Amino acid sequence: MVRVPRPLTLEPAAAARRRTRTRRARREAAAAWTFTAPATLVILGLGIVPVVWSLLLSFRADDLVTPGRWVGVDNYRALAEDPNFHTAVRNTLVYAGLYVPLSLAGGLVLALALNRRIRLIGLYRTLVFIPFVVSATAQGVLFSFILDPQFGAANSLLHQFGISPQGFLGDPDQALYLLVLISLWSGVGFCVVVLLAALQDVPPELVEAARLDGAGRWHVLRHVTLPTLAPVGVFLLLWQFIQALQVFDLVYVTTKGGPLGSTTVIVYFVWEQAFRTFTAGYGAAAAYVLAVALFAAGGALRLVRWRQARAEAGAAKATTRTGATGEEAAR
Amino acid sequence: MTTHVTPARKAAGPAPRTGRSPVRGPRARRLPFSPWHLVLAPLALAFALPLLWLLLSSVMTNAEINRFPPALWPESVDLGGYRYVLGNAMFPRWFANSLVVSAVAVLSNLLLGSLGGYAFARMRFAGSRVLLGLMLATMVIPFQLTMIPTFLVMKRLGLIDTLGALIVPALVTPFAVFLFRQFFLSLPREMEEAAWIDGCSRLRVLCSIVLPLARPALATVAVLTFLSTWNDLTWPLIAINHDTQYTLQLGLTTFQGQHHTRWSAVMAGNVVTVLPVLVAFLLAQKTFIQSLTSSGLKG
Repeated sequence: MVRVPRPLTLEPAAAARRRTRTRRARREAAAAWTFTAPATLVILGLGIVPVVWSLLLSFRADDLVTPGRWVGVDNYRALAEDPNFHTAVRNTLVYAGLYVPLSLAGGLVLALALNRRIRLIGLYRTLVFIPFVVSATAQGVLFSFILDPQFGAANSLLHQFGISPQGFLGDPDQALYLLVLISLWSGVGFCVVVLLAALQDVPPELVEAARLDGAGRWHVLRHVTLPTLAPVGVFLLLWQFIQALQVFDLVYVTTKGGPLGSTTVIVYFVWEQAFRTFTAGYGAAAAYVLAVALFAAGGALRLVRWRQARAEAGAAKATTRTGATGEEAAR
Repeated sequence: MTTHVTPARKAAGPAPRTGRSPVRGPRARRLPFSPWHLVLAPLALAFALPLLWLLLSSVMTNAEINRFPPALWPESVDLGGYRYVLGNAMFPRWFANSLVVSAVAVLSNLLLGSLGGYAFARMRFAGSRVLLGLMLATMVIPFQLTMIPTFLVMKRLGLIDTLGALIVPALVTPFAVFLFRQFFLSLPREMEEAAWIDGCSRLRVLCSIVLPLARPALATVAVLTFLSTWNDLTWPLIAINHDTQYTLQLGLTTFQGQHHTRWSAVMAGNVVTVLPVLVAFLLAQKTFIQSLTSSGLKG
């Protein structure tokens, strides 16, 4: 008796609600567009539009002041033959080739060392990480001082050990490697922090199981800890590589690309072409070459990540393998 | 020796079984201090040393610095460098410029980022997918690719050589929008839905229900925006010519070029440049580190 009227009274109410809903949907869309309008304007206007503009610029001879002219692929052809650009690419690759693996390896070692509960551990972690928040400009100014051939602390330290004074950033054979060292000083902290966070996620049951099976510290590290860190490691590799290809501030502050072009990296080359010698089209072409390299790196690593995800099905096998090696070690 | 060790083992032995930290495994030995201190203390000191040297040399006299070999410890605290930097040079002006640019960038990223992020997370509108896709695409575009046209856009807007040129491109980043969207998606919808059905506008819902819950996301965006705008050199170098419009980073490197021999003043200026970030970091260390790792792990 009571059940019958209910759907009858519900029917018109639902229809009314539906009507208000369509009106609301229209209002909703308007509100959504208002909410996203500023972000859309800034991000498209200073993101998407410049990408296309840059591409057009790279086919032109343009000094950013007078109207340019279309030159087709001449800029790219000139880049292929420009020894300065070749040097910039080589310097960037040397820098990245040293900085990326060293920061990852150093970060891993430090993270493993710092991943324990002892007194003062918070202080140690803070001190290792703190250079990361120091700007590249401040780092550059500081190390220009420390490495100053005349007044710097570095040479007076070497003097105490009886080593002759070095040219440091003024020496074409040393400058690029010193920039790698400075970047490591500030960049390792980031790897440490990310890897420390990942180490907290290593499943304790796995470590415990491996231990009970008799696996030693090294085996636990090799077969349990490192495999669980792998996804984060891939992310860090990509991230550090992208950072390395884009290095500019530190170079500008310390060496300005010198001495003798030994620290001219790609971004410095782009900046110099566009804003010093006012060959913006040429600079844009160089920037596009760099961007394609970055996209290729990103794509390659995404592929690796995807493969890893597929291989994750075999993770169970990995744990049984740990058990096996543990037994071997016990023997 | 052995008699000494055995009771210690016995005392520590049951500890893991009582279950305080079954993860760490048996912690048999309890030395007065862990041997790891012998490794970690010098390592941590090595990382801190350059910054310590920065602080020390900023309170040295130029005579102490120019001596060979230079003094490693100041005989007395000399504030000549700071007096020069804060009195004669334009550092106070540059400091104010940096502060304005960073503060506006942080506030507007919080505002515009959360608005955009909320729309993408909760509201249905035509073109939202395409728009979000484009925003995500701009996240992977390196700045070098866009810096020349960005300069041209700013020039057409008449903003070159003003703080506006530094502020406008930093108003909202796709990263902020995306981070807020991801965070809002992770919140339960029920409360918002209830408020909305009761007739609250979306803006009200966002301000009074969603944002109070979004403190971690707000902190992350604030920290990362502050860090990147305060520390940036590349874009100010391109967009600013006149020294009244310099930021601290640009001012510092120019100052170093002009006062190559006044190292104590240069180091004092360097301390002034680094200090705000260091203080912010030490005050909110946990937030800093969580921001960096969370944004990192999701990337």
